[in-house]
This record gives sequence, structure tokens and C-alpha cells, in this order.
Amino acid sequence: MCEQCGCGSTPGTVRVTDSGRTISSRPAAATTVEVHAALLAENDRVAAHNRAHFEEHGVLAVNLMSSPGSGKTSLLEATLDAAAGRWRIGVIEGDLETENDALRIRAKGVPAVQITTGQACHLDAGMVHDALHALDLHALDILFIENVGNLVCPASFDLGQSANVTLLSVTEGDDKPAKYPVMFRAADLVLLAKSDLLDVLDDFDPAKARRHVRELANPAPVLALSARRPATLRPWLDWLEGGLAAVRAHPGMHAHPQGHSHRHEHSHGHEHPETAPHSHPRAADPA
Amino acid sequence: MHELSVCQGLVNEVARVAAAHGASRVTRIAVAVGPLSGVEAPLLERAFAVARAGTVADAAVLVTEATEVAVWCESCGAETVTAPNRLVCERCGGWRVEVRRGAELLLTSIDIED
Repeated sequence: MCEQCGCGSTPGTVRVTDSGRTISSRPAAATTVEVHAALLAENDRVAAHNRAHFEEHGVLAVNLMSSPGSGKTSLLEATLDAAAGRWRIGVIEGDLETENDALRIRAKGVPAVQITTGQACHLDAGMVHDALHALDLHALDILFIENVGNLVCPASFDLGQSANVTLLSVTEGDDKPAKYPVMFRAADLVLLAKSDLLDVLDDFDPAKARRHVRELANPAPVLALSARRPATLRPWLDWLEGGLAAVRAHPGMHAHPQGHSHRHEHSHGHEHPETAPHSHPRAADPA
Repeated sequence: MHELSVCQGLVNEVARVAAAHGASRVTRIAVAVGPLSGVEAPLLERAFAVARAGTVADAAVLVTEATEVAVWCESCGAETVTAPNRLVCERCGGWRVEVRRGAELLLTSIDIED
């Protein structure tokens, strides 16, 4: 299976409930150095560098994540059609293999850089940094980074994005947020995709999906939409508009790196539009 | 399922700290791994056996400390221990909570020899 993470050789459902797990005994005569550094410090440094680039250019960078087949590329295509002439958009596509998704985006006349990760199950900040060299940020308002389809690994790697957007298509279970808490906790916006199928898929309850997101202490808006129904894209486009305005009004305001609390570092004394991507708590939006 | 990538980051960070202290060998590495970090400790340990090869941590032991998830409630002020996929206050049931522990993915210390 996956050479990058060795998942073919390990059970996928292991839970760590014990503490002080040790592989072998501790040798004597050593000096202990206290470190307290993030394990992903190297990735985080590159992510901060990417974020500085985005802020400098006033670009809203959206990290789009979901399972494979949830409709990320279809949503991007529909968004490009709906937003034609409104914003200057660029796309970074992450896939294990093929340029197919970048070709679909380029067919819309939009610059797209394809990252093929080989066997790697996620994008990291370094891959995005390399891709940025092929894009002119001066010529962009919004950059979509379509991550590798995967609800696990991408959640652990900060790319420098302004906001995380996670798609949950209604052909999946409405309990996905409870099954993949790390991913859905990191989301600044959750999109219930393929909502045109809700009529025939009565086992998906949007209210339940929303409740599962709330139970991850996440106040992110949960919006239902369908790439096949352009009228349903309006709230999503409004959210992007709000996000772009927020990035340009407050260059220092961005989504937190993954894995951190939603409620730190920010002490703004004012309210932002309900739909704008930002990382401090919203007052409204009851469960 | 990305523990090898994480481990390579860990080994690089360990090499950086060891070099800064002029150490020739690292004998023990301690990390804190929270349930909300997105990393599984047993997988990290297996990946470490691969990632350490040929580095200053070639003979090092990896010790992982598993932390629990604790949230602080904005409504009632209680700090309670919760399940990783149900981050609500155990006292009043509110979801407007702040995660206080459980998202860590930290290199806490290393033991070095000159």
C-alpha cells in the first residue's frame, strides 16, 4: 500500500490508551535537553513562509480537503464558472498521479499547477512552496489548493493557507465528522456537497452532520451546495468574498495551523461577517 | 497514516537540537502525542525505526507520552476530560469549549552524549 506512511503493514484502528510507551530501556550517562518544539516545526516554518507570501499579496489561500470523490474539482469548476470576471483565481492541484484535474481547471482559462505526490497521502508546505514558484501571486485574488483526497493525513500539515474548507458529500455518512475529528475540527468552513442528491439519499441528515461538527467545538459555518445547481453556490461565494475582504483588511488574520485550538492568539474587539473565514469564535450560529 | 513524514520531521528537529549542543549521539527522544494530533503513537514508533537509520539518532529510543483530551467550557468554566470526537463540556453539555490538552505533537526532550 502506501510507502510513505507504511500503512500497509500496520493496523489502522490502533488506539493509544496507555502512557509511557517505551521501545527499549534507557541508556545511562546522558544529558537531557528540554526541547518542547513541534514535531512538524520544519513544515510549520515553510508554511509560515507561504502564509507571508499570501498576506503580502493579499491572496485568500483556501486549502480544500475531503475524501476522494467528494467533488472538490467539480466544485472548483462550478465556482470558476460562477465567479468568472469577479476574481482572479489560481489553483494548485494535489493528486498521487495524473494531470487530469489541472487540465480540467486550465480548460476554464485559469492557471493551475499540478503537484503529483507519488505515494504521499497529503500535501505539505514544501510542495506548495515549490508550486507557488510556478504561479504569479500578483495576478491572483484567490488561490485554491486542492489537497489529496484523504480525510486523515492532510489535517496534520499546515500549508500556510488562509482557511481550511472541508467537503462532506451527502453520498457519505453524516457522521463523518465524528469519525474524522482531526480533519473536521480543523475546518473553517464545511461544505455539504452534492446536495441535489439529498432528495434521493434520505439517510443523510444535514442537521446531524452540523451537530457532529459542533460537537468538535467547531463553530464553522456548514453550507449545503451542489456544483450542478449554480443557485446553491451563492452562500459559498459570499463566504469567499468575506474571506478575501478579511485577508485584505487584516493581513495578520488567518486560520491557525492545524492541530491548535480555535480560540487562541486572537483578541479582536470587533465582529466580522458571519461567513468570513477567520479563526476566532463567532457569536451567532447556534448548534 | 503519514507517520513516516512526521518522523522525518522529528529526526531533522532532533539533529538540529543535537548539533546545537555539540552532541555526537542521541540516546533517547521523548515526544508528547495527543489524540487530536492526527498521529498514532504505535505507528510513529514503527516509522521511527526507519527514519532514525543513519542519523545522529541511529541508536536512540523513542518514548511517546499519550495525553488525554481536556476542554475548558466558556459557559460554565469547567475543565473536563472528553472523547476526541465529542468535544463538549462533560458538566453542562455546551460545545463552546476550548481544547486545553490533546492536540499536542511535541518533541519534549532529548538525551544526548558528547
